Amino acid sequence: MSMHVGLRGRAWFKALAGTDTAEAGDPNSVLATNAPLGKQTALFLCVVPNPKSRFPCVRDGQVGLEEAYALATHIRKAIAEDSDKPKHEKRPIIAVVDVKSQAYGRREETAGIFFAAAAAADAYASARMAGHPVISLVAGQAFSGGFLTHGYQANRILAFDDAGIVIHAMHKEAAAIITRRSVAELEKLGHEIAPMSYDVRDYAKLGLLFKLLHAEDPQNPTAAEITEVKQALAEAIDDARAGKTDLSSHLESDAAKKTRKAGIAARNALEAQWQTA
Amino acid sequence: MSQTSIIQDFINRKSFIELDGRARAQSLFDEGTWKELTGPFDRIESPWLPMQGITPQSDDGCIVIKGKIGGSPAVAIAFEGAFQGGSVGEVSGAKMTAALDLATKDSEAGKPTAAILLLETGGVRLQEANLGLAAVAEVISSILALRQHAPVITIVAGTVGCFGGMSLAAGVSSYTIMTREARLGLNGPEVIEQESGIDEFDASDRALIWAIHGGAQRVGMGLADALVEDDANKIAAAVRGYVLAGLPAMHRSQQVDLYRDRIAALDTSKQIDPATLRQQWGTGGGR
Repeated sequence: MSMHVGLRGRAWFKALAGTDTAEAGDPNSVLATNAPLGKQTALFLCVVPNPKSRFPCVRDGQVGLEEAYALATHIRKAIAEDSDKPKHEKRPIIAVVDVKSQAYGRREETAGIFFAAAAAADAYASARMAGHPVISLVAGQAFSGGFLTHGYQANRILAFDDAGIVIHAMHKEAAAIITRRSVAELEKLGHEIAPMSYDVRDYAKLGLLFKLLHAEDPQNPTAAEITEVKQALAEAIDDARAGKTDLSSHLESDAAKKTRKAGIAARNALEAQWQTA
Repeated sequence: MSQTSIIQDFINRKSFIELDGRARAQSLFDEGTWKELTGPFDRIESPWLPMQGITPQSDDGCIVIKGKIGGSPAVAIAFEGAFQGGSVGEVSGAKMTAALDLATKDSEAGKPTAAILLLETGGVRLQEANLGLAAVAEVISSILALRQHAPVITIVAGTVGCFGGMSLAAGVSSYTIMTREARLGLNGPEVIEQESGIDEFDASDRALIWAIHGGAQRVGMGLADALVEDDANKIAAAVRGYVLAGLPAMHRSQQVDLYRDRIAALDTSKQIDPATLRQQWGTGGGR
C-alpha cells in the first residue's frame, strides 16, 4: 500500500502550483511555492518522498525533522509578509497531503522530532489564527504524526473519495498488532465503528471534511478535474474566511453532531460545571 | 548535606510518580481551592470501547480540576496512564480541549487562567483512532490559543511517559517539567523497532531509551525546561513558579530558524550521540 505514497501528492501539487521542484535551501522532500489560485495568490505546500534524503527513515515519504522545519519556515514567512494586510487579504495556505507517516527513526527521536512536528503544527495554526485560510487537500495518505505535522491544523479539509485515500492514526498492520487483532478483524470492525475505518467515506461521517472530491485517476489529474478542484479550494477559502479562525467547525456539521455526540456532551457538561466552580 | 539528612529527606519525600492522575492534579492546587469537573460520578464514558468488548471508565481517563495555584486561577488536565495507556479518545480529548477553551475564554475576559497538562500517554487510542487523532489536532490548536494569554505548563513525570500525538502538545507548551524517570518523544521505542527494525532501535535497551527520551536529556538539550525530583512538593513549587512567571518572552515552538539550523548542522551519516547533542544544544539555546 506504500507503493504510491507521494505520487498523488506530487501530481496535484504540480497541477495546482505549476512546478514540482523544491526551492533552493529546502530538502527535496518539501515542495513550496506561491502560485495563483483564481484571483488570489496562495502558498502551496507538499511533502513528497526523497529517496536520497540524508535521513534514512524519511526516504519513503515520511515527515521528518527537515520536512517539519521547512514547512514551518515557509508558513512563518507568509505570516510575516502578510502581517500588515487586513484579514481578507491574507494569503491562503494550501497543504497538499500525501504522507505515509512521521519518521520512525532513532536519529529523529534523538534530535526531538516531537518538537519539530510541534513547530510545524504551531506555524499552521498560527497562520490560521492570524486569518490565513488554511486548506488541506488530502490527495493520498494522511497518517498519524505525518498529518498532525502537515495539514491537520487546517480550517477546512478536502479529500478525494477513492480507495487510495487513507486518513488514519496508524497503518493497518501496526494497529492490528497493538490492539491485538488480525488485520481481517480490524477491517471488519472498521465497517461497524466509523472512527476505526480506513475508508474515506467513513471518515466523512466524522464531520471533519469540508467536501469529498472525485477524480477518475487521482495520480493523473485531467484539465477538467484540476479546474474542479481549484473551484472547490476557492469555495473552501471563502468559507474559511467567513468562519472562525479556530477548529470549532469540526463540531458543527450534522455528521459531527451525530458521530461525535459523546464528545460534544462532555464539552457541554464541562462548560456548565465550569461556571459554578 | 550529610548522609543522615539525605536519608531523612528521602524518607519524608512524597513521591509524585506514585500518585494516580487525579491525586497528582489535586496536589498542584492551593489547599481548599479546587474542584473536579466532569468527574467519575458524571459517568461520561467512551461510547466506542464497550462496542469492542472493552470496559470504559467513568472519567474516560481524563481528570479536569479547576482551582487556584499561588492565588491565580488555573486548570489542571491529567491523562491517567493506568487507563488504556493514557490514550486520547473522543471523550478524554473533548474534555481537554473544552477545559483549554474555557481557560482561554476566561483569560480573554480579563481573568488569565493557566493550564497544567499532566501527560502520561501513549498517544491516540487506536480503538477510537480517527476521533483520537482529530482530538489531538484540536488539543494542539486550543493550547496555541490559550498560550497567547496564559502559560500552558506540561508535566511529564513518568512512568508511562508522553508519546505519540500528545508529545506535540508538550512541544507547543509554554513550559515543560520532567523528572528523571519520565520520557518524552514522538515514537516510543517499541514502535520504532516494529517499523524500522531492531538495528534502528533496540526497544529492550533501557539505557539507550533514557539517553534519548529521558527527562535529564530533554531538559539538558533544551527541549524541556525543568528537571525536578520525584517529589510532589517540588513539582508543585515548580508549577507555581511558572504560573507566577507568566508567559515566556517567546515560545520555543516559534523559534523555527534556530532549530532548523541545528538540524542542518547534524551529521546524519551515523546515529547521533545523545550526550554530544546535549552539549551542543544545551548551551546558548532556546529562549
